[in-house]
Amino acid sequence: MVPAEPTGQHKERVLPGAPSRPGAASPLLDIKNLTIEFGSFNPPARAIEGVCLTVHHGETVCLVGESGSGKSVTALSIARLLSSPPARYVEGEIWLDGHEILGLPETELRRLRGRVVSYVFQEPSASLNPVRTIGSQILEALKLHQPSLATKEEVVRLLAMVGIPSPETRADDYPHQMSGGMQQRAAIAMAIAARPKLLVADEPTTALDVTVQAQILDLMRELQGEFGMAILLITHNLGIVREIANRVAVIYAGQIVETAPCAELLRQPRHPYTAALIRAVPELGRRANRLHAIPGQVPSSFDRPEGCRFHPRCEFARPECQKNSPLLIPAGLGHWTRCPWHDQLPLAPLSPDSKA
Amino acid sequence: MSLLEVRQLSVRFPVRRGLFGGVRAWLRAVDRVDLEIQTGETVGLVGESGCGKSTLGRAILRLIEPADGQIIWKDTDITTLSGRELRQWRRQAQIIFQDPINSLDPRQTVGDAIGEALDVHKLAPNRRERQNRIAALMESVGLDPSRASDYPHEFSGGQRQRIGIARALAVQPDLIVCDEPVSALDVSIQAQIVNLLLDLQKTRGIAYLFIAHDLALVEHISRRVLVMYLGRIVESADAAELLHQPLHPYTQALISAVPVLDPDSRRKRIILGGEVPSPINPPPGCAFHPRCPWAEPKCKSIAPVLREVKKGHKAACHLITADNSTPGNPTATNT
Repeated sequence: MVPAEPTGQHKERVLPGAPSRPGAASPLLDIKNLTIEFGSFNPPARAIEGVCLTVHHGETVCLVGESGSGKSVTALSIARLLSSPPARYVEGEIWLDGHEILGLPETELRRLRGRVVSYVFQEPSASLNPVRTIGSQILEALKLHQPSLATKEEVVRLLAMVGIPSPETRADDYPHQMSGGMQQRAAIAMAIAARPKLLVADEPTTALDVTVQAQILDLMRELQGEFGMAILLITHNLGIVREIANRVAVIYAGQIVETAPCAELLRQPRHPYTAALIRAVPELGRRANRLHAIPGQVPSSFDRPEGCRFHPRCEFARPECQKNSPLLIPAGLGHWTRCPWHDQLPLAPLSPDSKA
Repeated sequence: MSLLEVRQLSVRFPVRRGLFGGVRAWLRAVDRVDLEIQTGETVGLVGESGCGKSTLGRAILRLIEPADGQIIWKDTDITTLSGRELRQWRRQAQIIFQDPINSLDPRQTVGDAIGEALDVHKLAPNRRERQNRIAALMESVGLDPSRASDYPHEFSGGQRQRIGIARALAVQPDLIVCDEPVSALDVSIQAQIVNLLLDLQKTRGIAYLFIAHDLALVEHISRRVLVMYLGRIVESADAAELLHQPLHPYTQALISAVPVLDPDSRRKRIILGGEVPSPINPPPGCAFHPRCPWAEPKCKSIAPVLREVKKGHKAACHLITADNSTPGNPTATNT
């Protein structure tokens, strides 16, 4: 058998994850074939290559990957937050709410930031200004993006909405007077100040304790229910994916390797990397002597392997995998994988005894 | 005889007024903790940030001086050892840290980082022997010995953690305190390091005190698990027992907060309100009562003691009834 040939899978093809129903509403975010390079090295560091990703209105999509996989670069590119240089948008398009971001002048882009898309980052202490009060920072976000609502009352309302107790007094706090969880709530209040249609959350709970992580995930779900905003959540934690995602895209070494509805991806992954990642997570009550490790390391963006980028670490790798670069192929309804052998491999990750 | 026994260990830090001011208050980072580790076993220690778990780990190695209590190592009290005796004892107990970047000297080659431990304890009689030992250690943790002259920045995160492990192994310790050894690593690399630690334990009979906030991971590799909250042990039991029959409401909440991958699981979640209170000014009574969903009036005034509820299972909670149940025992909804 020959791996799938490039059967016209270029810009015109049905994009993974986008249901090609006729008349279906166009997605809120549609990243098409995006390639980003960094630096003046030769060859340059290719952070992401041919990334396609869609997020529909009100949907929660998780982008899962390990460090260096390109997940944050993808996230930052949505509002063109990567400064260029050193970043270079080599190829592709980013459609956000009907605008093509990469060709947009800076002034127009500024109108989209905050109002259409806004961000929450991993380290709340790093995204808040340490010498200004929480309240004044949220007020600033409102002044920039929603001037008609830029009042102290609205600030207090936002703080209450994200679950900060006694918001009237906490608005005058400086970031260092708050705990990590409270800082992240304040950062979320700032991000949702202008009612964005898309909230991009880049590892929003990684720096927090598990009990606080559960609170923040709950808060994001609540806010989504209230405003109907879409969430693109970047994470390395599959447990979080299970909690919050409608759809998942798995990114490895700069390429999307699999995308599918959340439950289906976890139950029936169709790419060896996804399956291995799921098995590598220690689960409560799934005691075994050893964990299922993935051998080797994530390749750096300078020396990515030829052929399938996962082949040096893949337990099912065949000689063909070293030469042919696989393309995303359908593996079910709304399910795409970059492994041409997926239907011949034993990829079910959850052993029956784990469902005890 | 236990390898290590810790009795009523406390660590306090002074909270000062300004740089040279007087002591304003004492922060009880670790409060009367008992702990026992047998040869070759893994004891897990879980808790949220600021609960004192790392301080406890350092205090039992005398890296932080305890205020009270005793540390007994193989029937010898080491609480008051000093100078040469302390240095000699340190050969037997080592530590590995969370952040493999900050725990290695960027200007020291990896070979020297590992070799330094051999030098300090005079374990290598000559240069050649030193090199052989370094190569063997690197090999035992899965590193290429030919890279002994490389610097830490030339290694990936997982490899740096292997260097940290090799350095700890250099003195052939009986105990390694693992302070969040994998939380800075990617999932696929985490599993490699955990497996390495398990293999080393099997071949060398090393005991671990495994400190982490990831309950699933701790439960996976530990025989016994201690749960810490605000400087105190609130529950301790065998790993499986703790998972299936957690008695303390905090343990129950911790277990329920661990995300589960199985999309078919219908587990009930307990989401705790609030956050860990400041240890400078801990709440009166049970320190957990402001966040406890089942707190009763007496929880606000009387601090519960850690008591043996059944064999090998200790918990500090007023709400445990005679038939060993608590209001929030999630085991009924867990399966």
